[in-house]
Amino acid sequence: MRSSLTAQLLIAVLGWGIALLMFFPIFWMVLTSFKTEGAAIATPPQLIFAPTLESYAEVQSRADYLSFAFNSIAVSVGGTVLALAFAIPGAYAMAFHPSTRTRGTLLWMLSTKMLPPVGVLVPIYLLFRGAGLLDTRIGLILIYGLMNLPIVVWMLFTFFKEMPNDILEAGRMDGAKAWGEVWYLLLPLTLPGVASTGLLSLILCWNEAFWSLNLTSSAAAPLTTFIASFSSPEGLFFAKLSAASTVAVAPILVFGWLSQRQLVRGLTFGAVK
Amino acid sequence: MARNCPRALTVASLALMSGLIPAGAARADATLTVATVNNGDMVVMQKLSSEFEKQHPDIHLRWVVLEENVLRQRVTTDIATKAGQFDIVTVGNYEVPIWAKQGWLAPMEDLPASYDTADLLKPVRDALTYQDKLYALPFYAESAMTYYRTDLFDKAGLKMPDHPTYTQIREFADKLTDKTHQTYGMCLRGKPGWGENMAYVTSLVDTFGGQWFDMGWHAKLDTPEWHKAITYYSDILKQDGPPGATSNGFNENLALFAGGHCAMWIDATVASGMLYDKKQSQVSDKVGFAPMPVGDYAGGPTWLWSWNLGIPASSKQKPAAESFVAWATSKDYIKLVADKNGWVAVPPGTRQSTYDQPEYKKVAPFAGFVVNAINSANPTGSTKEPRPYLGAQFVAIPEFQGIGTQVGQTVAATLTGQMAVDAALKAAQSATDRAVKQAGYQK
Amino acid sequence: MTLRGHGALFWRVAAISVVVEFTKPKRQARKPGTLILVAPSVAVLLLWMIVPLVMTLWFSFQYYNLLNPAGAGFAGIDNYRFLITDPDFWASLGNTLILLGSVLAITVVFGTLLAVLYDQPFPGRNIARLLVVAPFFVMPTVSALIWKNLMMHPIYGVLGFLARSVGLEPVDWFAEYPMASVILILSWEWLPFALLILLTAVQSLDHEQREAARMDGAGPIAQFFHITLPHLGRAISVVVMIETIFLLTVFAEIFVTTSGGPGNATTNLAFLIYARALIQFDVGGASAGGVIAILLANIVAFFLVRTIARRLEV
Repeated sequence: MRSSLTAQLLIAVLGWGIALLMFFPIFWMVLTSFKTEGAAIATPPQLIFAPTLESYAEVQSRADYLSFAFNSIAVSVGGTVLALAFAIPGAYAMAFHPSTRTRGTLLWMLSTKMLPPVGVLVPIYLLFRGAGLLDTRIGLILIYGLMNLPIVVWMLFTFFKEMPNDILEAGRMDGAKAWGEVWYLLLPLTLPGVASTGLLSLILCWNEAFWSLNLTSSAAAPLTTFIASFSSPEGLFFAKLSAASTVAVAPILVFGWLSQRQLVRGLTFGAVK
Repeated sequence: MARNCPRALTVASLALMSGLIPAGAARADATLTVATVNNGDMVVMQKLSSEFEKQHPDIHLRWVVLEENVLRQRVTTDIATKAGQFDIVTVGNYEVPIWAKQGWLAPMEDLPASYDTADLLKPVRDALTYQDKLYALPFYAESAMTYYRTDLFDKAGLKMPDHPTYTQIREFADKLTDKTHQTYGMCLRGKPGWGENMAYVTSLVDTFGGQWFDMGWHAKLDTPEWHKAITYYSDILKQDGPPGATSNGFNENLALFAGGHCAMWIDATVASGMLYDKKQSQVSDKVGFAPMPVGDYAGGPTWLWSWNLGIPASSKQKPAAESFVAWATSKDYIKLVADKNGWVAVPPGTRQSTYDQPEYKKVAPFAGFVVNAINSANPTGSTKEPRPYLGAQFVAIPEFQGIGTQVGQTVAATLTGQMAVDAALKAAQSATDRAVKQAGYQK
Repeated sequence: MTLRGHGALFWRVAAISVVVEFTKPKRQARKPGTLILVAPSVAVLLLWMIVPLVMTLWFSFQYYNLLNPAGAGFAGIDNYRFLITDPDFWASLGNTLILLGSVLAITVVFGTLLAVLYDQPFPGRNIARLLVVAPFFVMPTVSALIWKNLMMHPIYGVLGFLARSVGLEPVDWFAEYPMASVILILSWEWLPFALLILLTAVQSLDHEQREAARMDGAGPIAQFFHITLPHLGRAISVVVMIETIFLLTVFAEIFVTTSGGPGNATTNLAFLIYARALIQFDVGGASAGGVIAILLANIVAFFLVRTIARRLEV
């Protein structure tokens, strides 16, 4: 107990020190977004300066933020819902009716996720062209659903696996059909797990920058495309890029912070325990 | 695809009809998707395009503005798969003849007489012409020149000659470098890429008497000329260049020069307007201009780049698209920009009439250097030895993007000391030879 | 177990289990209807996975360059031969594994330490936690742009400023330590993720157990190695699994910062395929690269199974 005060002080200093260190780049980005382009490249870097909103004004005058943000929300939510819709029955089948091939299938699915997307760009582009899906939100939702499916299936699988088979059997004796079994028994019991899977998928969709850049042009373009129109033009761009990045990152960051507890709670329940 | 055919037919017949019926009368509203780069001049075009929509109430514009590399991937994929996402694309003079040959771009056939194609600077116009037809119209064009800091030259008692040589430049750079004050004698592109460091390196090699390929399409990268050029390049950057040279492209160098960190910089002429602009540059009143330095061989190809607007052959709204392209590259558009933002902000390098404009000459003291540099860029000229390809700071074959980028990486490795010049050129030679062999150029 | 905080749920599960225990019939055969109901979803799911794969395989045996449509045709194994004889290819395999290994090691080790740290009470802990996990929510392109331009730039960057203010030459990160710089950025992005998961696991550790260990006179370090660490095994497996999936295909960070260089110092397999597909527009070659990437993924997956996946009961 003698060293307890020193230890506590050390822990607090370390905890805050590391937190500030990790957060510093984001803080600096936000700070830069309030500078003029000239001040953004001043050496030494300025910590105190007259803040200006001119970069934000410039960004908004060149691209309609709300339309990009709406697309981001639509495709992230859509992709997540789609992935869950396919993954829940799949994971259910694997968890409760495993066959000798289940384990192999699951790993193989995860391994397809390790294929760099650029390797299949042209085939997908040709498919999308044929189906008229280029630059549509539906097209992007399909891709995002597919993209996150392996991870979603695997996470759900681990949550479902935790559920004693006996409980389901008890339900089954009440005469529930397979769908009813999933809907009335399994999902309510594993809700925290399903929710945190959905949250993770939502974050991954929001931040995805390859398919969104290559499969959309204007009508369905999400915030990652918005960023690409402010990075590396001819001329100075640090402040404008920071402003664009700040508004693109802010929604998901706030959302992530708010849902962090839920994310963690779900993970406690299944995969991590 | 089959589903699209009837639609394509009706659109084609509509287009036909609109050619027969007096213009505008039978044309339904058209929405054009314009893909462009996020450079300043294009952003101005996007902002001013509402004027065009006012003049053409039946045409609406949708904008896709992306950074250069992403745009190039996006547009190339789309046009090569004939997916038809864009009605107007922004393309470089590197792509235009190649794509025209593939039949991917629609020729500009019905330009009004007032458009005055004869007013376009000849080298720029020639680069966009394939089999006597224009396949894109130039939005702005650039060559390269030397920028230097007049105050630093004065302080060191130096004087920039009217036609500097690379030997002189090297001496200046050594004298002007003052690393303790973060002033570097020479800034050059070091970021790997066919349009980044290799654009500069190619024109440097040309003036040192080298070339990419001989008449039999054999790579010529392990020659004494390349060796001399790369040694020069890597020495000057290592000794007099800023730290982080391998991540510096045009932009990064612009920021460095504008922030007062470079005594000299050799790069695209388009930077002159930005360096001269007080809002963007801390050295706006201390910039001097000089032509690109020469080495052992003068008069060869130097540098010519233009950003152009073209219409994909897959566009279903070609007449409407052509009217926009003609508007955005016209004399009237240049005047419009001058009225709104001042003459110094007009898109440079495309029209003689811009350079004849007294107001422009008054506000842009660099104008004379720019137009001379473009007129002497000589992209179709010969290197010291005859060459089978065209292009000034690039090789005008489709494979060059890949080859140039790979060699660019190897050249960058000489800057960080990961590779010696000898080893780098040997590797670059074998990679380049392999690539043209695989593509079937060597007989 | 860890249903702490899920009281209601726990009791429902327990209650049903008790009921089941008493009324359990002989193990019930699978209802015939079940699989049929599930099969369509599973089939669609498999189809979704297989279609791009088959197309990649098909294109990998074709000459298909977008810029040169005239040269299309059956290529046999030429694309593979060309890929394997490319010296950059082997370098890229090595780089892929180095990236994967280093970032995994850094995030797991520091993630564990930080998890223990942020499990301790201190004033403002909740806010500090929010700040630490923030980088995970930032888009990879944005992260890379921030680090490249605002942090590591030798002239304007904050790190360069710090170096100069203590009288050192600023480090030219992407030229001198390209791989280490990319690893640093990736670790910054993924450490919060590891922390989030590992913290969850640490929190679920039985406090009584730790209390008992302390009574037995075990110091904090002994406690960590004998109680905390073994408990984290499964959480670490989850971190390794998910991060592996993303780290094998790292692209945006490399594209933005080094473009795979200098030389081929930071070219990983994903970037090599990108260069084939979208700089050279060689679809055949890119597809061959894609197939190799899948093979690599399966090899990695095999090792994952051998080492950690067993814990996951997969």
